[in-house]
Order: sequence, then C-alpha cells, then structure tokens
Amino acid sequence: MDIPYTVKPRPDTGVYNGKMGIWLFLASEVMLFGALFSTLILLYIGSPEGVWHNSVKKLNVPVATLNTILLITSSVTIVMSWASLKMNNLGRYKVFMAVTILLSVGFLVIKGFEYGEKFSHGYFPKTNTFYAIYFTMTGLHALHIIGGVVVNLYLLLPGAKMWYTEPERFTNRIECSGLYWHFVDLVWIFLFPILYLML
Amino acid sequence: MAEHHHDHNDHHDEGFWRKYIFSVDHKVIGIQYGITSLFFLLVGFCLMLAMRWQLANPESAFITQDQYNMFGAMHGTIMVFLGVVPLAVGAFGNYMVPIQVGAPDMAFPRLNMASYWVYFVGGVVMMLGFLTPGGAAQSGWTSYAPLSVLAGKGAFWDGQTMWLLGMIFLITSSLLGSANIIVTIFQLRAPGLTFMRLPFFIWTQLVTSFLLLLAFPPLEAAGILQLMDRVAGTSFFMPSGLVVSDVVQDYSGGSPLLWQHLFWFLAHPEVYVLILPAMGIVGEIIANNTRKPLWGYKSMVYASIFLGFMSFMVWAHHMYMTGMGTAISAFFQATTMIISIPSVIILTAFFISLWGGAIRFNTPMLFALGFLPMFGIGGLTGLPLGLNTSDIHLHDTYYVIGHFHYVVAPGTIFALFAGIYYWYPKVTGKRMNETLGKIHFFGSMICMNLVFMPMFGMGLAGVSRRLWDGGVSYAHAQEVLNLNTFSTHGAIGLAFFQLFFIFNFFGSLFSKEKADDNLWQATTLEWCAAPSPPIPHLNFATIPEVHRGPYEYSVPGHNTDFLPQTLKKTEA
Repeated sequence: MDIPYTVKPRPDTGVYNGKMGIWLFLASEVMLFGALFSTLILLYIGSPEGVWHNSVKKLNVPVATLNTILLITSSVTIVMSWASLKMNNLGRYKVFMAVTILLSVGFLVIKGFEYGEKFSHGYFPKTNTFYAIYFTMTGLHALHIIGGVVVNLYLLLPGAKMWYTEPERFTNRIECSGLYWHFVDLVWIFLFPILYLML
Repeated sequence: MAEHHHDHNDHHDEGFWRKYIFSVDHKVIGIQYGITSLFFLLVGFCLMLAMRWQLANPESAFITQDQYNMFGAMHGTIMVFLGVVPLAVGAFGNYMVPIQVGAPDMAFPRLNMASYWVYFVGGVVMMLGFLTPGGAAQSGWTSYAPLSVLAGKGAFWDGQTMWLLGMIFLITSSLLGSANIIVTIFQLRAPGLTFMRLPFFIWTQLVTSFLLLLAFPPLEAAGILQLMDRVAGTSFFMPSGLVVSDVVQDYSGGSPLLWQHLFWFLAHPEVYVLILPAMGIVGEIIANNTRKPLWGYKSMVYASIFLGFMSFMVWAHHMYMTGMGTAISAFFQATTMIISIPSVIILTAFFISLWGGAIRFNTPMLFALGFLPMFGIGGLTGLPLGLNTSDIHLHDTYYVIGHFHYVVAPGTIFALFAGIYYWYPKVTGKRMNETLGKIHFFGSMICMNLVFMPMFGMGLAGVSRRLWDGGVSYAHAQEVLNLNTFSTHGAIGLAFFQLFFIFNFFGSLFSKEKADDNLWQATTLEWCAAPSPPIPHLNFATIPEVHRGPYEYSVPGHNTDFLPQTLKKTEA
C-alpha cells in the first residue's frame, strides 16, 4: 500500500497531491508578497512629495527591462522542458532546463550588478523608505529565484534519474517546479512596473 | 522520494534514528510535536508562575523589571506559537487527521518531518534569546514597534532579533504543516468519505490550516521588515523625529501602525487557530459520550467555514486606541459583532447536543464539558472589547488578559487535555487513570477560575497589564491589589494539580492493562478501523471504506448504540 494520488490525479479533485500542495504554497506566497505590496503602498502614501519619485528616477530601467525579458524567457523554457518530457524526450528536457537555469542565473548576476551600482553611489536600504522597500522586495524575490535555481539544478542533475524509474512522477515534479517558477516570474512582473516605472 | 517509496513496500527494519528521531511516519511526528509542545507549555507556565509571584509580592522584587518584561513577552510567545498551536495542529492534526480520513500517512511524509524540525529549530532559536547579553525579547508577544526595533538596537545577537528569526522558522514550519494537512484532507480521504461525512474535528483542522496558510505570511513579511529595521537600519516601522532619552533617532518616514496592522492580520486569525481545533476535539468527545449525533452538524461546518473567512476581517479591533478614525472603527466593530455569530452557533450546537443524552462522565468528557462554560465566559467578555466605546476604558487592562485567557487557558487548553485523555489509549494502547484524571480536572477547573476571574475585577478598576509591581504605585489600583494575591494562589494551586496530569501521563505508559481497540465505542475511523496503537507506517491493513456519517450513535432499531463509519448500510 502506498500513499494514494502521488502520481495520478484524484478523480474528484482533478489534481495529484503535489500539484495541490504547490498551489497552496503559492497561495501563501501571494499573501507574503501581498503584505509587502501593501506596505509599499502605505509607505508611498506617507512619503513626502517627490522623495520617492526622485529615488525611482535613479533606478536603471534598461537593465531591469533586460532582466524582465530574461525571466519571461525562462518561464517559456521551463514549460518547454516540461513539454519535452511529456513527449518522452529527456535530452530536450535537459537542454531547456539548462537554459532556464542559465537565464535565472543571468538574472541574478545582472541584479547583483544593479545592487552594486546602487551601493557604490551611496544608496542603501537605510537611505529612505523607497530604497528600503526596493531592496527588501527585490532581495526577497532574488531569494525566491535562488531557491528555484537550486531546485531546478537538482531536477536537472541528480533528480533526473527518477525519469528511468517513474517517468510520470518526474514529469509532475517539473510541472510543480514550473508553477513555482511562473509565480516568481509573476512577482517580478508586478515589481518591475511598480518599482521602476509607475511611482 | 524514491527510496521512501520502497520503505513503504518492504517495511524492513529501520535504525533507531530513522524510526524515532527523523521519522517520516505521521504518528511518530505527531508524538514528537506533542511532547515538544507540552514541554514548551510547561516552560511558559513556569515563566507565568514567576511573574505571578512577583505580582503578589511586589516589594520582594522576586524578579527584576527587565526579567518581568522578558518573561511576559516569552510567556505569550511560547504559549501561543510553541505550545498551543503545535499541540492542536502539529500533534493532534498530524496524528489524527490521516487516521480519521483513512489515509496511510500524510500526503507529504518528508515535508511533514521537515515541518517538525523547522518548528524545533524555531523553538531553540527563541529560547537562545535568553542567553544573549540583553536577555530574551522584552517587547511583549506583540513586539510593537518602535519599542521592539529600539530594544538592543543594531545588535544581531539580541533577544528581539532571536525572536524575529525564531518567528520566521515557526511560520515556515506552520506553512509546510498546514499545506500538508489540507492536501491530506482533500486528496487522501478514504473511498466513501464525502465531505459531509468528515468528522467535525477534520473540518476544524481544515479551516485552521487555511488560516495558518494565509494569515501567517503577512507576519513573516512583517518579521522580515522588522529585521531590516533592526539590522539594516531601514525605517519601515519607525516614524520621523522619534526622540528617545533626549536623543533624536536616526529614522524617518516609517509607520509604527503598519507593524500593528501586519501583526494583527495574523494574530486575529491566530485566535481562531487556537480555538477551532479545540472545538473540533470537543465535538468528537461530546458526540461520543452523549451517544448522540452532533446536533446541527452541517450548521457547525458552515459556521466554522464562515468563522474562517470572517477572521480575516476583524484584525483592527485590536487597534481602536490608535486613532484610526471612527469610520474604520465602526467597520471593524460591525465585523467583530458578526464573527461572534458563528462561534455562538457552534457553542449552542454543543449545548443542544447534550440535551437528552445519556452522558458518560469520564475524564475526556469532563474536560469537554468544562470547555463549554469557560469558552462561553471568554467569548462573552470579549464583546465589550469589540465595541469601541467600552474598549476605550478596557483596552490594555487586566480585563483583556482575563478575557483571552478564558478563551485559551480553560477554553482551548481544557479541550486539548480532553483530547489527550480521549486519544491517549489510541496512541499508546494504554488507558490513563480515571481517578487521577478527575482530580486533575476538578482541581484545574477551580484553580483556573481563581486565577482568571479576579482579573476582570482588576481590569474594570482600570489596572493596566504589563505592570511589574502589579499596580502598587497607582492610586486607583489600591482597592483591588488583594486580587493579585488571590490570583497567584490560584496559579500555585493550578501548578499543583498539573502534577497529577504529569504523573498520570507518564505513569499510564507502564500500566499493564491493554486498552481495547475501540475503547470508547466510537464510530470514527481512528477507533473503528485501526488497532490501538495503529500499525506503524500504514495505519490500516487495508484502506477502509466508509459507508455512513461520522456520528451515527443510538440509531433507532439497532442492537448496538453506535454504527461505525465502516459498517455497510446492508449489514446494519
């Protein structure tokens, strides 16, 4: 006897355990980032005229745009990697997964340079409430990216041997990792316009 | 997870560490949660005893003022986050949910183990706060900014920082745990176990898990922000121009109210996290010992779901004194009155369930019956706090302490005791001693009231909470100071009667008599389909099939007064 529905979906709920688990986890993540976005709005309303606007102008929009493109592309490639497994092609899965990881690492490296540039010009979380929320939210987002990279690396290298024993279960894992990845991407899609363009 | 997969099938012998320490079996994890949280409850209780002694004998300066603040903050934190919730959700949820829904284990066994160990680390980190130079967190269990941000300012090795780090661990743990419980209930229900056939306990665990899942992350966010304030010098919760001891603080632009909003956005649903599993346990025990179905089972289910929803919309009733404006106060006052309705529905249903039942007064039932009026007092005394006019007088007085302790201590903790007495035979295969149990119940019942009833008097007289000298230096408190002594005597008595429980809890393990598999003649799966204790790793020899509702007691026209959920319709 095994734990039921680890691989096959349960007929009346329509999902397998892992998928429901990841959706619930994402729901809690929505609340986490939701609290931070609320904080951002509240601090913005309380900030003196112009302070936030002037700080926002110092952010590097082209670099952030590039990063947005990298992340969106990685969201596409992770779907491709999942689709490759659905089509029984482990080799192509590995290629797409590797590309996903490279894009995410690229995002982190660029973000690191962006941080470095801010620090070198004397802008720190301490500077004002805009930088405080900017560094906190993008920092927490970057931690999520790092988490995703670690999981995806596991799925690319040691975890991939599950493909030979339980291919369907392995494919499900990629789907769950992909859902998480889309969420991380989505957070950035909110962060980018709000932090860089709107205020 | 592949290796684990095989464990399930071949069931080979595991080493000591795998079997008892890093086990993935939900039953072992449930017991781990249980032991750890009971230990923390004892620690929190001892801190309280020291504080009560100080309050009754302020001139003795039994503990210093700093220690008083530390003990106060840590008593609250330990009781709520390390004691009651892990016991109600971690221990009872982990152990009982899979068995009651007829599942071989939780949906994610290894995640389950992780959630216990993250909780354990969180507890250790919290306690490490006591070892820092400044001692543990001193800013109350609510950790209001700016006080909390300025406490041991800038230091990383400080009680408040440890508190925040500990909270982040605890939140992560409860997140993993609650997602696991929800998936287990939705996905692993045995065949035939439809939603309206779920025991009420399962429903309360489900709603509770949703609260934990969705309400805790905002506090995690708030914890991260406060950590930034303390370590990176940001001003999320720090207002401009704050002057402390004639020095202008280097902060600007933040809002202390933001912390309160984020904190109470968690901490109000947390109240329902504390009470819902307790109601679930009481429901199981009342149905079983009145030998009647729960009256209004469906209304109770809908009431608990509604309670869950509403609990997200009442948080600012903790903040009437912040000057947030009458319109907002009126809104939260209205939602607060509305949320009392489902609680009353559930409590009323319990009372009506007692009507006409042939009640068996065993220890679990006594505790369950004790829960009803105690929770009733706690709930009713909450109404004047929810109305913002009367709250102006009562806010932050001992009345508040009396109110929420009635909900949590003789309320929730009585229900948890009831659960321990009720399920102890299932978990250990041994029965707890009834005589000791009854002494424990009647002693605790009397002492709990001695401790908390005087607090209403003190609060109405206007004595503030968190006073090291118990109000000696305040003119308006002079007439009620003797109540402090009264309350402290109650607390010492309470400690004395817990010795009976501790002795009973450990002593009964060595009892020679084996408990029956279905000791209480119950209908739910954990009693009727699994042996006591359930077989390791799988719970059931084969997954049971469910054919009826959870509480088919005293169904007319049958020989037995209970029809187990597994009994086929045609066999009955």
